[in-house]
Amino acid sequence: MSLHSTRQRGLGVIALSVTALISLVACSDPAASGGGDAKNATITVALAANPQMKTAESLISDFKAKNPGINVKFTTLPENELRPAVTKDVATKAGQYDVAMIGAYEVPIWAKNGWIVPLDDYVAKDSAWDAADVLGPIKDIVSADGKLYAAPFYGSSSFLFYRKDLAKKAGITMPQKPTWDQVAQYAAKMDDKAGGVSGICLRGLPGWGQNLASLTTVINTFGGRWFDESWKPQLTSPQTTQAVKFYVDLLRAHGQPDAAKDGWEGCLQQITQGKTAMWYDDTVFAGSALQQATPEVAKNLGFAMAPTEKTAASGWLWSWGLGITQSSKNKDAAWKFISWATSKDYIKLAGEKAGWDAVPPGSRTSTYAIPEYQKAASSYADLTLASIDSANPKQPTVEKVPYCCGVQYVQIPEFVDIGDYVSQQVAGAISGSQSVEQALQKSQDYTTQVITKAGYPK
Amino acid sequence: MTSTMQPVPVPVVSRQAGMRERWTRRGPLLPALVFTIVLTQIPFLLTIFYSFQNWNLLNGTPRTFAGLDNFRSTVSDDVFWKSIWNTLVLTGVSTIACLALGLLLALTLQKRFPGRGVARTLAITPFFVMPVAVALFWRSAVFDPSFGILGWMTDLIGLGRVNWLSEQPMTAIILITAWRWTPFAMLVLLAGLQAMPDDQLEAAEVDGARWRQQFRYLMLPHLRPFIELSALLLSMNIIQTFGEIALLTAGGPAYATTNITYYVYLRAFNAFDFGTASAYGLVALVLTIALAMPALRLLSGIFQAEGRR
Repeated sequence: MSLHSTRQRGLGVIALSVTALISLVACSDPAASGGGDAKNATITVALAANPQMKTAESLISDFKAKNPGINVKFTTLPENELRPAVTKDVATKAGQYDVAMIGAYEVPIWAKNGWIVPLDDYVAKDSAWDAADVLGPIKDIVSADGKLYAAPFYGSSSFLFYRKDLAKKAGITMPQKPTWDQVAQYAAKMDDKAGGVSGICLRGLPGWGQNLASLTTVINTFGGRWFDESWKPQLTSPQTTQAVKFYVDLLRAHGQPDAAKDGWEGCLQQITQGKTAMWYDDTVFAGSALQQATPEVAKNLGFAMAPTEKTAASGWLWSWGLGITQSSKNKDAAWKFISWATSKDYIKLAGEKAGWDAVPPGSRTSTYAIPEYQKAASSYADLTLASIDSANPKQPTVEKVPYCCGVQYVQIPEFVDIGDYVSQQVAGAISGSQSVEQALQKSQDYTTQVITKAGYPK
Repeated sequence: MTSTMQPVPVPVVSRQAGMRERWTRRGPLLPALVFTIVLTQIPFLLTIFYSFQNWNLLNGTPRTFAGLDNFRSTVSDDVFWKSIWNTLVLTGVSTIACLALGLLLALTLQKRFPGRGVARTLAITPFFVMPVAVALFWRSAVFDPSFGILGWMTDLIGLGRVNWLSEQPMTAIILITAWRWTPFAMLVLLAGLQAMPDDQLEAAEVDGARWRQQFRYLMLPHLRPFIELSALLLSMNIIQTFGEIALLTAGGPAYATTNITYYVYLRAFNAFDFGTASAYGLVALVLTIALAMPALRLLSGIFQAEGRR
């Protein structure tokens, strides 16, 4: 064989392997269609594989008994796979899903693109669904232009988890509404490096939904913001710099070791195994933390509102909502399913059949009036409700921002890109490979570039 | 481009008979070839097409022709170049580490000793464990500064508890990658050692050659094609590392462990920017070929093995 053809063959091998890599980008889901009328219909529902949704899947016989003729098919995917799968489906109008589970960040974007339909007409006709019962701030983040686009399946805010026994030992009485300055002092007092217990666990892992979510609420309450009213990035402003420095310094001085590797999963493990004294994270993890904790931790786990500095409240807001895709051919049947899965009756049913800790929390006021739920979630139910009610998605910051509505994210399609970049730089500062100033300067430059290219600045 | 079939030496016969002969031999391979082309080359052409498009799924505007914009953005994107560099470091260092360790293991496991079968099985095991399970296990049992085995070891030798994934992220990813792929190198090299005739070594021994000389002048030349083959296969596999990065560091901190695979994934399935993601993939492909060509020539062509031996 000549050298020439040898080279070609070697090339072929490499080309094939790299092509396989690239072809990831090019593939898309095959289109499937669901036909039929409203009475005899099959609807396909795309769900995130979390415990609450699995409960809904297991209780589907109740829906079928109430709605004979409607057949429901579930596609259950892990949260990080659900997003690309569903986005591709609706963006290319492939029509595979009738009902899609969407995070609060995406609802207004999808609504603007016309990928999901407004639910107001269905809600108006369905008095049993009782729209007034849905928590206000949660309704705000799954709406666009005053119209509801997704029915909240559950909602959450953020708050502080802490160990009552360790606080007592350090002579601390945790106020119900602590400030970040207090939390930093407590972290220093409770930090026990010799005993392997850190003062606080905060998310350090890169990702717009990981460290950036926690950090943005800190930036907001320190008086910083992502953009000013004319969309000029504010990442190097004195307030933002102070907030990021505070977060990074606190984490480096009294946070969990190897912090840049921990997202909420890592911190959940740290608190349940008694490796940290405090944890600032999502209210929805209160139930899981109590369930997974060692007996000693479980009986000493306390909760407090999200720490503040200059704003009245600082908790974030999140919701997984169910929306009807524009391409669905069975919109009426789709609404019937959504109405069932997000109704008051469903919450009662889930509580009775699957246990009260499996109930989707944070979507309806009435959930918090159920005596059984009050009993099962006594240590955090009221605080969850208070956290959601006090969050302000319309203006989470001290100064005005040009977008609405979102607390721990900026409600524009480019935010995922910007957020991932900034979160990487912040993780670099947390790990110590660069200073906070360097991280923020790079972030400011990148954000300016993306936002200018997208044509936002006025 | 034809597929990865082994080259078949073509006997010199008359032209027409040769044609018929060739097609009767190749005909049965056609379905496989067509299948491969459909699965790899059509997506490849689509990727080329998308790389000239301005196509971000999330902003809801229809696809437009972008000209060379996507390619131009590779030049100004620091993260892209960083990810190329990371890919080179990760692939290069891991491949060399795998070969060195694999050779050592193969030499050890080739000797006869009681329990060799068990030892061989144990040595191959890392290769068969699911990458996701491996990553999660290493995260808490090996890298964790407080309860990981590496933390304990560095503490013993006086280095203190190293924050592996935050402060030495690339070393950590290389460690886990090398651990996973070493058995593969070992398997290939062990097969190579077993194909070596015993009488050569015996003759050398009779002539008074020491072990080091035997290794240098007999074993290494014999193993050379096997080493080259495993280097090629290893780097092809390691260049695609994804799971370990996604699960251990999410490409961070500050993109310190983002390789090109992970970066293209972030652009395509997180930012939904298919235009630039396709362009980045293509530029990475061109760079890979440009780097691989001299390397392959340097290795003097492993597919010429028959000619050389």
